[in-house]
Amino acid sequence: MSEFTIRGRVAVAGVGETTYWKHSQSPHAEFKLALMAILAAAEDAGIDPAEIDGFASYSNDRNDPSRIAAALGCRELAFSNMQWGGGGGGGSAAIANAAAAIACGYARCVVVFRALAQGQFQRFGQAAAGGAAGGHDAFTVPYGVMSPAQKYAMRYQRFAHEHGIERSALRAISMASYHHAQQNPRAVMYGRPLTEEDYDASRWIAEPFRLFDCCQENDGAAAILLVAAERARDLPHRPCYLLGAAAGSEYRNGAPVHNAPLYGTSSFTTVAPRAFAMAGIEAADVDVAQSYENFTGGVLMSLVEHGFFAPEEANDFLTLDNLRADGGKLPLNTSGGNLAECYMHGLELNIEAVRQVRGQSPNQVESAEISVVGSGPMVTPVSSSVFGAEAAL
Amino acid sequence: MSYLPEGMPRPLADELTEPFWAAAREGRLMVQRCNACRAWQWGPEWCCHACRSFDVGWAEVPRREGRYSGRIYSWERNYHPVHPALRGRDPYIVVLVELPAAGGIRMVGNLLGEPMQEVRIGAEVEAVFEHHEDADPPYTLVQWRVV
Repeated sequence: MSEFTIRGRVAVAGVGETTYWKHSQSPHAEFKLALMAILAAAEDAGIDPAEIDGFASYSNDRNDPSRIAAALGCRELAFSNMQWGGGGGGGSAAIANAAAAIACGYARCVVVFRALAQGQFQRFGQAAAGGAAGGHDAFTVPYGVMSPAQKYAMRYQRFAHEHGIERSALRAISMASYHHAQQNPRAVMYGRPLTEEDYDASRWIAEPFRLFDCCQENDGAAAILLVAAERARDLPHRPCYLLGAAAGSEYRNGAPVHNAPLYGTSSFTTVAPRAFAMAGIEAADVDVAQSYENFTGGVLMSLVEHGFFAPEEANDFLTLDNLRADGGKLPLNTSGGNLAECYMHGLELNIEAVRQVRGQSPNQVESAEISVVGSGPMVTPVSSSVFGAEAAL
Repeated sequence: MSYLPEGMPRPLADELTEPFWAAAREGRLMVQRCNACRAWQWGPEWCCHACRSFDVGWAEVPRREGRYSGRIYSWERNYHPVHPALRGRDPYIVVLVELPAAGGIRMVGNLLGEPMQEVRIGAEVEAVFEHHEDADPPYTLVQWRVV
């Protein structure tokens, strides 16, 4: 193992979430949501909010750390960090960045946060009328490639073609999220179960993706508070350590106009192995996984690239039974995830990963010690995080 | 007659991309090719990804029997009307076309014809220049149809 590692050096002190709403339905301004989630994380940790001295976010979050630190009366601002890239690709990277800041002495108590109130701002899945497209967008937008579903459907289509993936594999991923959401009162889709028939009958959005292959759009906020591992045992919850993390994408993944040499990919082919190597684990060691569902096809490729199964095994592996928290081979998206809990750009997936290690999930996997998150498949950069219990150190 | 309705966003040329759009107006398919190492490159970039030279030129894609020929590398059929101009319209097909004659670079366009047609990855397609003469200023999109 390299001496340059985050393994075991940083712990999760607290997690916090607001209520999660359907998009545009938050009664609160986005900035207020961010404050609420951060305060909830501090309360969960039993830490005075004034002690927070660092902030990390991603996906061009609009809520400026300097204003947050002023609003909350933080004694000092020591670290403010934004991970490049859109979508949820930075969900685990922001945690990695925060952890690095703590491990290197830049800050002591860093909160990772993400807040969204789409009613206050623009929605992700809608384009403005008329207009023009410049730069590289000029080579895609006039042809009707505008929304995230349209930008990423062809990546999965290629992968599915190369490996003979069947629709039932995507359906199982969607079903797992909805299944788990039924035990999670925080989930926007709580009380709204999904049947195979519902899935099969749902309308196409961007073939090969149907409605239930696509994430929700939501309002709310989430926050995770990190401190040095030495403090972990003095905190109110069972300690949860960061074992490893990585961000990025493989060679020329970002080549313009869909020219990435490796096209049918979730962008994790080098990232996931780096995260696992840092954590000192293999896929078989993972007790529970959260995999960012922008679209189910991205989850499928992400699970392959994290080493949980080979592409040729996907059709057999991906069944609801294999993905359930209660006895599945690979419990997946155990809070309901982006599809059915809330699309908080995947920070809620990292929170769920922490809950699993703490033993606090609404769909608790028995004696979960190693808990993995893959953030933001198909975009670049993507990121992975590995959390572990004391026993995993 | 354009494949997608009027009112869609038009392409804007800039310093980096202008040679492509100017050639398309004339019914020619021009993409980047490095003057230093002869590597093909798409989309346009300021330097060559293979040798880092800033002397990246433009070259016409070699024709095959008079046609700009490509192969469908991937595709999608879009239903949800993301843009207001698409509301109430039929689904439409987007193809990612690989150009073997130009180093395997890929271009995005629409697949002309029946929106519900079966699409086969690997199928041969040819470029069709879709001129928008009434736009101000006029522009041309590069579309594809099965050979």
